[in-house]
Parts: sequence; C-alpha cells; structure tokens
Amino acid sequence: MKYMLMICADEETGAAHANDGCEGWSEEMLERGVLVGGGGLRPPMDATTVRVRDQQVLLTDGPFAESKEQIGGYCLIECADLDEAIEIAAKHPAAGYGTIEIRPML
Amino acid sequence: MTDVHNTVARVFRAEWGQVVATLIRITGDWDLAEECASEAFAAALQRWPSDGVPRKPGAWLTTTARNRATDRLRREAVGVAKMREAAVMYDEPEDDFPDERLRLMFTCCHPALALDAQVALTLRTLAGLTTAEIAKAFLVPEATMAKRLTRAKGKIRNACIPYRVPPAHLLPERTPGVLAVVYLLFNEGYTAVVRQNLTEEAVHLGRVLVQLMPDEPEAVGLLALMLMHHARREARIGTDGAMVTLEEQDRARWDGTLITEGVDLLDGALRRGQAGPYQIQAAIAACHVTAVRPEDTDWPQIAALYGQLVRHVPSPVVRLNQAVAVGMAYGPAVGLHLVDQLTGLAGYHLLPATRADLLRRMSRFEEAAAEYRTALEMATSESDRKYLHRRLTEVSKTG
Repeated sequence: MKYMLMICADEETGAAHANDGCEGWSEEMLERGVLVGGGGLRPPMDATTVRVRDQQVLLTDGPFAESKEQIGGYCLIECADLDEAIEIAAKHPAAGYGTIEIRPML
Repeated sequence: MTDVHNTVARVFRAEWGQVVATLIRITGDWDLAEECASEAFAAALQRWPSDGVPRKPGAWLTTTARNRATDRLRREAVGVAKMREAAVMYDEPEDDFPDERLRLMFTCCHPALALDAQVALTLRTLAGLTTAEIAKAFLVPEATMAKRLTRAKGKIRNACIPYRVPPAHLLPERTPGVLAVVYLLFNEGYTAVVRQNLTEEAVHLGRVLVQLMPDEPEAVGLLALMLMHHARREARIGTDGAMVTLEEQDRARWDGTLITEGVDLLDGALRRGQAGPYQIQAAIAACHVTAVRPEDTDWPQIAALYGQLVRHVPSPVVRLNQAVAVGMAYGPAVGLHLVDQLTGLAGYHLLPATRADLLRRMSRFEEAAAEYRTALEMATSESDRKYLHRRLTEVSKTG
C-alpha cells in the first residue's frame, strides 16, 4: 500500500526547521525498504500556482491557499497498512513540531 | 412457529457480530459481509421452522452466509482472481469458525476513524442494529447515518486500516478506545430514557469484550460498572418521568442479581492490582449499590476513590463529582469550597445544580433557588428538568 505523507507546519515554525534534515529518519526508512521518495520544499512565497481557463494560462504568485499551515515537504512510502504508515509518520521529526497528513495513493 | 422466531431473534443477538466478523475476514468486503449475514438470517427464518434449529446455529449461519458470498462473488467475478478468492473460501473448515469479533471491534474503533463513525460501525456490524435504528438512537436523519457508515467503511477499505487485533505493543493505546466506545453507548442509552436499547447493547458488547479479553482488568471493570448502573434502571426514573436521585431511589427495585454479578466481577479484576479508571468508577458504583440505606453509604471511601480517579482522569466533571462526594463525607461547606475552585465547566448544568444541592443542605435556600434556576436554563434532558423544577419548588416554599 502506498501513502503520501504531507508534512505541514505553520510558516514560521516550518522556516525555523527548514534545514533540520530528518535526523536519521530517511536512512532508517530506506533501510527498512518503506521510503520510496520525497523531499523538502522551499517556502510558499516561492510558489507559483497555475490554472488553465478558456485556453488561458493563469498564474498566481503564491501557494494554493493563504493559510497558516503550509506543506513544507512530502514523503512517499510503501508499507503494509495504515497502522504501519502511522508508525512511520509518528517517527518523523516533523511530527514533533508540525502535522503530518497521511494520504493513501490511488 | 413463534418459538422458532424467538430462537432466531435470540441467535441473531448472540451470533450476528460473529457471522459478520467472519465474513469480513473471508471476503474483505464489509458491505458484502453484512448483506450475506442478513440473507443467512432470512434463510434461517424460512428453513428452521420446517428443518428444525441446527445443532450449531452460529456455524450454520456462517456457512450459509459464506455460501451466499461465494455465489455472489462467482456471479460478479470479472477475472480469475475473484474466482480464486471464491475457491479459497471453500477450503475453510465447515463447522468450527474462530471468534473474529475482537478484530472487528478493534477495527471499528480504530482511532483513524471519527468517534461518531466508530460508534455507528460498532452498532451496525457487531450489534446488528439497522441504519434506521442507529439514526433514531442518535437523533440524526437516516440518510446522514447511512452516509456516515458508508464513509467509514470506505476509509477502512481505501486507507487500508488493517482488520486485526493490534499487536501487543499497540494494545495499551488501542484498548481504551474500544472501551470508551462501549461506555459512550451505555451513557447515550442511560441519559435518555427513550434510548434504553443502547444501554442493553452496551452491556451485551461489554460481555463480549470480557469474554474475548479475559485478562484485561479494565474491560472487566467496565462491565462491572455498567451492570451496577444498569441494576438501578427501574428505580432511577419516577412515575412522573423525573430523574430520581440515588438518595431517593427505592432500593428494593434495584436488580440484586446484576449487583452481585457486578461486585464479583469487580473483585476479580481488582485482585490483579492494575486499577484503572473503569475499575475505580465501578468501585464507586459498588459503594452505592451495596449500601442498604442511603445513610449507610461509605462516603469517605467514595471521596477517596474519586481522589484516585482524578489522577487517571483529571477532568473538571470528575472533580465536580469528587466535590459532591467530599460534601457528603465531610459536610456541604467543604464540598462547596471545592466546587468554587473548579474551572472549565461553563454552560454545564450540573455545576449550578450541584451548587444548588449543597446550598440547600446548608439551608441557604434563596441562593439555592437562584442556582436551580440557572441550572434549569441549561439542562436539556426532560428528566433532569423535572428534578430541578421539583427542587426549586421545595426551596422556594421553605425559603
């Protein structure tokens, strides 16, 4: 079963931890064979949003929605079930200061 | 004829959860499991009157439900995979199905599901209540409840919530969730007289839990607690529909058999030396139901037990109950002093109601009347309101 972990934090907290790395989490999960991909993201102020309406490409400077909580990184994992996904997410250092959303992949 | 119907009704209550739980394990499909279980019970109603009740009704029902599932999967089979699934099912032993209800219980009460979804799923799949019955019990439209159930089953399937009893290292954090759902059901049924069937279902589920987790003292504590509350069901509502306080209840109408069972269960659980919140609450209930007259109640012991409970559950409601017990043990002034220090109970009708009772005991009738009026503005349950009204009239006359 594949899940995406979306790592969220409010902008300030996220910025403060931007260069933390994962304190060995990635290494552990790679070794376990459950981490498929992922990475950290630059802050939302560097984001560009794209829509196409009536064949017009419309661009917005900024993220999907201006909200306090923003996605700061993501991981793709492949594991047995939701219980294992919860265990993996709970071990991620960002769970200690931000929030991690677990989304099953289609 | 009627005898067989009664038998089917009894077997339904005893076996429904087990049949559904086994069918979910075999097919992995919650809707199919429920539908085939329903069909198996319908078949029983049709066939048992002429064929007689089978020796093992549960195994008969499970086998029948499984055969229906096989037929359905065959008919719908789009590929070899489905057929293989069906083939596997025929290899199951015919007569002796293991009890799968515990894994069903833990899956229904998975913390990744919202609490209201956990409750609804438990009632539907384990207790066999219909969607309409559950909707009625929780005062929501049937369509809303149907949607809630569909969404919960969808999440179990799509997010891959495992269908299992959690491994040992997860049990300590998962078990309280299961117990909480059962106790929530019990309280839902207990606070509203019209929903007494929920109380019965909760007691039934509590018995199942104890049977399945005999080494979990908190499960035993919960059952003991529910039995001791349930024992007072006849006495707690007066002929006028008003709530009757413990002190004023006719103790002759308490159910002695349930009390004995509850006290025995509790004694057994406490001997393990792992007292938790349910065992402590059961111990408090035991102090009440074993007192022959209200004045025999061991209030200092109850106050001490609340002191223990606060350490496990430091909620303002528990502290309020502690204050009541202290007031009974050491005088209303001491109780009132504790009540006045509580925070976090704004809008909770039992706060002014408790103050009112304490003030009444101190003969401060005018202040008591004012508190009863405040409580009446907040109370929603009809039986609570009737009680408060009566007290208000009393203190108004005296004052």
